[in-house]
Amino acid sequence: MNIPLLYELVGVILLGMGLYSLVVYSHPVRKILALNVSGAGVFLFLVAAADRTSGPLPDPVPHAMVLTGIVVAVSATALALALACRIHQVSGTAPLTDNEPE
Amino acid sequence: MENSLNYAAIAFDGVLALVLLVLAWQLLRSPNLFKAIVLFISFGLMLSLAWIRLKAIDIALAEAAIGAGLTGALFLTALDRLQRREENDREEQDARWKSQEKKPIITTEASDQGLAAMIRKNKNHFFSRPLQTIAAISVLALTCILGWTVWTLPPFSDQMSALVSSNMPISGVENPVTAVLLNFRGYDTLLEIGVLLLAAVGVISVAPSAVMRTGSSPSPILLLLIRLLLPFIILVSGYILWIGKYAPGGAFQAGAVLAAGGILLATAAVRFNLSASKAMPLATGIGLLIFLLVALATMIICGNYLQYPVALAGTLILVIEAAATLSIAAVLVRLFVGVKSDTDNPAPGEDSQTLIFEEENTIK
Repeated sequence: MNIPLLYELVGVILLGMGLYSLVVYSHPVRKILALNVSGAGVFLFLVAAADRTSGPLPDPVPHAMVLTGIVVAVSATALALALACRIHQVSGTAPLTDNEPE
Repeated sequence: MENSLNYAAIAFDGVLALVLLVLAWQLLRSPNLFKAIVLFISFGLMLSLAWIRLKAIDIALAEAAIGAGLTGALFLTALDRLQRREENDREEQDARWKSQEKKPIITTEASDQGLAAMIRKNKNHFFSRPLQTIAAISVLALTCILGWTVWTLPPFSDQMSALVSSNMPISGVENPVTAVLLNFRGYDTLLEIGVLLLAAVGVISVAPSAVMRTGSSPSPILLLLIRLLLPFIILVSGYILWIGKYAPGGAFQAGAVLAAGGILLATAAVRFNLSASKAMPLATGIGLLIFLLVALATMIICGNYLQYPVALAGTLILVIEAAATLSIAAVLVRLFVGVKSDTDNPAPGEDSQTLIFEEENTIK
């Protein structure tokens, strides 16, 4: 088993775990966390796939894409969190009593 | 010797992969949200180790500063804000009960239990066990299909990296990732700066206050730490920006480091007013502005959008990156303050006593 394949598979599993949690849990902060984990899975897959070159150096194009992606992910996370705070402030309905996973 | 090193590397990768999966599992399943966020921060740090193993030093730098540091700070402040408001609500409710001089029939503990039971019931109603099973099965199927696809990928693919390395001499820089980001795929980066600005506009419209308050005065240790660290943060940010031409580094990492300095400053002030400085809106917009100006100028002179003249490419990239660094830092600080700031009741007459840091200081 070579190194890129190992990390690619980890990325795919992270994506699955994140997606499942995104669907199942209702707390907004938990959903945003789950989205970040699945995003990390996609990034891990892309960077690991970039290492599938015959030379010693990895492919720089996916690296640039992931770098862009990380910055966009953090700004999307901040916007989502600000929206979650605002929703709770206005409606008070965000389910905040926790202990969701059993 | 080489063989044993090889085994050590394989063992390290195996352990790291396992740690990543276990951390992700734990953070998604943790009943306590605070614990989940702390686990998420350590997950980000482990991930930056994985980037180093995959020879992606640029991404490791960005991940350590943004993925682990900044995202964690954003989550913690949002959670703090949500939970603090919940406590306020409960206090208000108690006060209302007291003013009516009618004691609640059920004790607080019992009512909490009742609430928890209600929510559990509500949750079951909202997402019943069969639905959860369906979700699990579909996600599992998707994961298996993707895993199979990954397994059958061709072992090597050199087309894009060959294209990049053959064009490196005309890119104006020596680091291939910087060349892709700001020259070959400059269009993507231009749009990305636009997305950042859009996120900042979104956060401003949801949480318009640019003033952040912390409950108590900052600890002297934090103030001393800032005095010692801030000059180095600015210096390191400048260095990372400059070195991006030759080695891993560049605008994103430099902007993230500078933003860390701004956020440190914001957490240390009793009252942090982002709009006190006129430089702040300028810094927020300058990245996109300079990028667009360069794009238009190159379109007029060279005929194509973002086609740099070869002799000037290095200089133009550095100018764009410097402006983008300021913008990225300003936007990230704005996002943090937007999530953190309380828009509820600005207390009047508090200004005269509070400590105001101007964001300008971090930019100079």
